[in-house]
Amino acid sequence: MLAFAATLVTSALILVEANQEQELTMRIVWLGLAYLGVLTVVHLAVRKWAPYADPVIMPCVALLNGLGLVMIYRIDLAMADVKFADGSTWSPAAPKQVLWTAIALVLFCTALKVLSDHRTLARYGYTFGLLGLVALVLPGVLPSFIAPEINGAKIWLSFGAFSIQPGEFAKILLMVFFAAFLVSKRDLFTIAGRRVLGLDLPRARDLGPLIAAWAVGVSIMVLQKDLGSSLLFFGIVLVLLYVATERAAWVVLGVVMFCVGAFAAWKLFRHVQVRVQNWLDPFIDPYGTGHQILESLFGLGTGGLFGAGLGGGRPDEIPEANTDFITAVIGEELGFVGLSAVLLIYTVLALRGLRSALAVRDTFGKLLGGGLAFAMAFQIFIVVGGVTKLIPMTGITAPFLSYGGSSLLANYILAALLLRISDAARAPKATPKPRPQQPAIADQFTVMVERPK
Amino acid sequence: MNTPLRRVGLAMMAMFLLLLGNATYVQVIKADDYRKNPLNNRVILDQYSRERGQIIASDGTPLAAVQKTDDRLEYLRTYANGPVFAPVTGYFSWIYGAGGMERAEDDLLNGSDDRLFTSRVSDLITGRDPKGGSLQLTIDAKLQQAAFDQLQSQGVTGTVVAIKPDTGEILAMASTPSYDPNLLASHDADVQEDTWAAFEADPAKPTLNRAVHENYPPGSTFKLVVAAAALAEGKTKDSPVDGRPVITLPGTNTTLPNFNDTTCGDGVTATLQEALAKSCNTAFAVLANELGADKLRDKAAEFGIGEQDLTIPLSVVPSTLGPISDTPSLYQTGIGQKDVRVTPLANAVLAATIANGGVRMQPHLVGKILAPDLQTISETKPDEAAEAMEPEHATALRDMMIASENNTSGGGKLRNVTIASKTGTAEHGEDVRATKPHAWYVAFAPAEKPEIAIAVIVENGGQQGLSATGGRVAAPIGRAVIGAYLGGR
Repeated sequence: MLAFAATLVTSALILVEANQEQELTMRIVWLGLAYLGVLTVVHLAVRKWAPYADPVIMPCVALLNGLGLVMIYRIDLAMADVKFADGSTWSPAAPKQVLWTAIALVLFCTALKVLSDHRTLARYGYTFGLLGLVALVLPGVLPSFIAPEINGAKIWLSFGAFSIQPGEFAKILLMVFFAAFLVSKRDLFTIAGRRVLGLDLPRARDLGPLIAAWAVGVSIMVLQKDLGSSLLFFGIVLVLLYVATERAAWVVLGVVMFCVGAFAAWKLFRHVQVRVQNWLDPFIDPYGTGHQILESLFGLGTGGLFGAGLGGGRPDEIPEANTDFITAVIGEELGFVGLSAVLLIYTVLALRGLRSALAVRDTFGKLLGGGLAFAMAFQIFIVVGGVTKLIPMTGITAPFLSYGGSSLLANYILAALLLRISDAARAPKATPKPRPQQPAIADQFTVMVERPK
Repeated sequence: MNTPLRRVGLAMMAMFLLLLGNATYVQVIKADDYRKNPLNNRVILDQYSRERGQIIASDGTPLAAVQKTDDRLEYLRTYANGPVFAPVTGYFSWIYGAGGMERAEDDLLNGSDDRLFTSRVSDLITGRDPKGGSLQLTIDAKLQQAAFDQLQSQGVTGTVVAIKPDTGEILAMASTPSYDPNLLASHDADVQEDTWAAFEADPAKPTLNRAVHENYPPGSTFKLVVAAAALAEGKTKDSPVDGRPVITLPGTNTTLPNFNDTTCGDGVTATLQEALAKSCNTAFAVLANELGADKLRDKAAEFGIGEQDLTIPLSVVPSTLGPISDTPSLYQTGIGQKDVRVTPLANAVLAATIANGGVRMQPHLVGKILAPDLQTISETKPDEAAEAMEPEHATALRDMMIASENNTSGGGKLRNVTIASKTGTAEHGEDVRATKPHAWYVAFAPAEKPEIAIAVIVENGGQQGLSATGGRVAAPIGRAVIGAYLGGR
């Protein structure tokens, strides 16, 4: 399956080259082979350190990552002739992304090797929680020379040449923390409070974690103006709570709190109002704030059912083409068919993760696996939903596809965790002690049994 | 714990289904709306990124070409000598669309035309960039330049149309004031917008192709149609017609005088030839009445006046005789006033038809359609549109026009060439005495074996103003253009 993924990615690259430069070189073959080589190494690493891991997850990840690389390269080609207003030109993103991929794969293998059992994570739950919280809030509170505001969002930490988005890592750290926390305190949350409208409401004092998560979500939105992340974060916490307690009341409560928070944000913040307005009718300001979503829709519409062909679209028209709107570029060039295929790969990936969570035997593994799988699906829902105007656009990356080192690293760690959990789920039980063999029937003592009278 | 996990799984499936559903809506159901939305630049960008075909003159002189650029529109449309050929080539703007030939033959030039099917297929196989086909026009580049120079040097608002009588090929179509289509093809949106705004604000309407998109009262040039109808009814050039210097329109107090109250013939009758040569209004007004509106209309239709959907392939506004609701109107129609309106092209066709022995050829601008590799795909064959006159009547009318030319003043007469012509001085506007008349000149030459037929109009008499006549203002331009064509070889 990995070889299949590599072939697909290479043929995609060939199409891009063919459509863009009309000249095919042997370089492509080497690139394809190199990709296959790297995948083989990763595959061997997975075989060695997680021999029972789900065999579908890694090819899905490889395919998405490879497709992402091709698209980023393709966007580089399109942007090469664009001159920006300030006279600067586009700096190619593909080489950097290849470097990030390499780093991510090394990190991925390391994670698999070091973390031989996912349950060890539970022990460091609180540490991870603290780290995650700090990472999450850091860019929001730091002065702007180290945490610059880019495209209206303050989520980056900039260290000279490269910058990271700590929020991407915080997502996983906090998930680990919540899973560990909920497992240890699980019984507490299931104690019923009052019954209202057929729902068992939790006791008020147990609402703490939910309120905390809500507060964190709101603070991300206020401090960092990052709607997508706050929605993602809140959604994950809610699902973890629900899975841990098996009580729908949490979900209802959470949704109500979300609605309150969303409504308040819409009333209070200009940038939220703009997003909502562009969602309802992007034609109100077609050259200004509605431009992004309109170009995305035009791209998707022009792509139609079968797309303009790889390299045949106009990703230079779509802003943020290689990050938030990369799915719009895929929709334009590969059409509805291609976009659906990508969505299906994500579905398979998320459901495979969920299956591992179902099959694994420890509660921590279940919670963490369920949370990771849901995070993947929910993130896709937010980004693709935004790009296709199903929900208001919130800037967030597509896992494995989008350009961005932090996102790639974090998602490879996520994949490693999923593999680890699935490995634990599918591993055969430790071989039971052999029972003492019973002697053959012929060697048994014969006993006279008296017939009942 | 597995139950809620399964429910989460269902929720995940639901989310993906929602996404797929919405993607179907955007990419399949609404796809066409988005694709064709005017705010969607993709289609126009695709056109720009394709090498648009050339427009060349009959001798191969490039009129519109493309130049490779390093911006993202890839190709810049360039017009060598833009203002001279602008009425023909038109413009190609990514903000304001296209005009002229750029618009009429857009499919061919941008390469999507079915006639280019074979070359498109071969492009697909060989992997070359698809290119647009090219147009070879019937326009004679030197003649067009001469016509433009004549109009421009006089500083007039007007147009010259020249046609090859035996084929209908349009040799020149100049219109002044003109404009530079290069500015509208600019890749700089500001330049385009400023230029367009300036054109819109200019009362002289520089982007108007007066030859085909404007019609004017033909004045005395319409007497050719009346004369042709009279000849068809059995009159000869020596037949007597009304020669009075002034008549009163029946049922009214309105008088209809000859120009400068000239007497024709003996003041009672004159020959048809003299009446045409001297352009006697009374004679043709009465003659029109004798013929009746229907015969007049039929004859005009045979000359193409009244044709509704003419394309050359530029669309041509229809010429018309108007409703002719009563007898006074019929009198005035006979001298090309009242509601008669003709395009300069229609008047040129009129002259060409007489020159071609009464056979009207379909006027056209496209000589050949060329594939991207400049192989000829198709060639326009001369097309007979109608037999408007018997050959002997055409010859008679030609002789009358030669007499008219000899009777016409104005400079620039050619020494070695016999021209057959008719001038016109068309009154227009609410107050005809105070409004400067349009000056017309329609002609063909050499009279014995015509090679070129032209129509010239100078709006509002040009520099001469109220005292302008067709002979004084338009004729010198027409003669110079004929001279340039016949002497240029």
